[in-house]
Amino acid sequence: MQSLTNRAKPVDRRPMNFMERMYLPAVLKGMSITFSHMFKKAPTVRYPDETRPFSPVFRGLHVLNRDEEGRERCTACGLCAVACPAEAITMEAAERKQGEENLYREEKYAAKYEINMLRCIFCGLCEEACPKDAIYLSETFAPSNFARKGFIYGKKDLLIPDPKTEAADLAKAKGTN
Amino acid sequence: MTLLAFDWLYLVEKLVLIAVIISASLLIAMYATYFERKVAAWMQDRIGPDRAGPFGILQPLADGGKLFFKEEIIPNAANKWLFILGPCMAMLTAMMTSAVIPWGSKIDLGGREIALQIADVNIGMLYIFGVVSFGVYGIMIGGWSSNNKFSLMAALRGASQVISYELAMGLSLIALLMLTGSLSLKTIVEQQMSHGNLWNIAYQPLGFFIFFVCALAECNRAPFDLPEAESELNMGYHQEYSSMKLGFYLFAEYINMFISSAIMATLFFGGYDVPFLDESTLNPNIAALIGIAALLAKTFFFIFVFMWIRWTLPRFRYDQLMDIGWKKLIPLALVNMVITAVVVLLRQG
Repeated sequence: MQSLTNRAKPVDRRPMNFMERMYLPAVLKGMSITFSHMFKKAPTVRYPDETRPFSPVFRGLHVLNRDEEGRERCTACGLCAVACPAEAITMEAAERKQGEENLYREEKYAAKYEINMLRCIFCGLCEEACPKDAIYLSETFAPSNFARKGFIYGKKDLLIPDPKTEAADLAKAKGTN
Repeated sequence: MTLLAFDWLYLVEKLVLIAVIISASLLIAMYATYFERKVAAWMQDRIGPDRAGPFGILQPLADGGKLFFKEEIIPNAANKWLFILGPCMAMLTAMMTSAVIPWGSKIDLGGREIALQIADVNIGMLYIFGVVSFGVYGIMIGGWSSNNKFSLMAALRGASQVISYELAMGLSLIALLMLTGSLSLKTIVEQQMSHGNLWNIAYQPLGFFIFFVCALAECNRAPFDLPEAESELNMGYHQEYSSMKLGFYLFAEYINMFISSAIMATLFFGGYDVPFLDESTLNPNIAALIGIAALLAKTFFFIFVFMWIRWTLPRFRYDQLMDIGWKKLIPLALVNMVITAVVVLLRQG
């Protein structure tokens, strides 16, 4: 059969010579290899203690953004849900009432906003679709839970801390403190 | 303090020495399990256990504690009495060998000279052989009483392996005996220490090599770990064991490794001798301490070599194992013996 590449090597089927049958040179060679590896630096990252740096385009779990005054940016337009190829996002819109101007940036807001993290494929299309800079993919990436229910993240889980009232929490979440 | 024409302090000092040596070998065996994992990790470019305590040094305690808390299972079909006897035998024989090893010269406590050896019997080497070959009973009884075909198969393998390699081991030591003319380990060490004599490795390199390979096989260490061949025999002779009974088997393996390293250091590498140092010029107590440190350093080196080999070489096939034992090592040991005999005769005549 003609080989696809010309890199094929025929198998050497000669009987072993005396040195090879002694087995010891091969043993010593192997032992020198393992010994040399003792002084190599292990590439291990001790994960929970230390993490690898992510590239700037890393896509982890979502966050819902607030503006500088701590108001929710999301207006429940639904573009993210439309863009989502995994159909992981649902929301319910509501109208802002009198006196809620400090909570919501515009007249309409998301009363309920849920992302099913088991459906999500972390493609980032919601981020691209959002006209209000309201949804972003963060660097957190290892959610864990005891029940499937727990993977449906609501507004409580998604909203970032209020920069006005919970500035310390926000700094901690951003890792800038 | 002499009562009934017997020096009772002698009894006390021996009992203390036994307690110290037993606990020291248990401790070393415990940390050998830790270093086994560490060495394996380093050789495979990993880090190894580092969670329990700084650098993971509490790992052996955690492992031991885990084994103690595991459920104790004795299979219905097992012979209960023998099933319990098996690990006890393994542990007992592993510990017994340490009795004749001289751990140092002697220390001086208030005018009383205490030899750092439990028993300086004049058949020291024969005693070691006897006890080591006794060790196969632990494997045999454990494998047999489990009433499980894999365990039995592993036990048979272990028994035939140990018996085969004991022959070559004995033959390699006969050549050594021709040089030393004594079976007492103390005398052998003192000969190596005396002026103008080199360590026995210089006179018996081939003998040492044979002894070393056989020691690997006797300890059931890789590449001769056929009784524990996981891939072929599930687990080996201790498949049915759980809890601390399993722990005893695993532990006995490490004690065996420690003791056989100490024996190799004693027989071929001058025991507690420090090269280029005349011990007689020093304070005897300091000399004894240096000697103990030297012996332990040599022993640890051999333990490391055992691990190094384990994490380098793949396991032999069973027919290869028997082939090496009977067709390679025994003829080699015989040739070594004959050459030594001729040289000794020529030098005498």
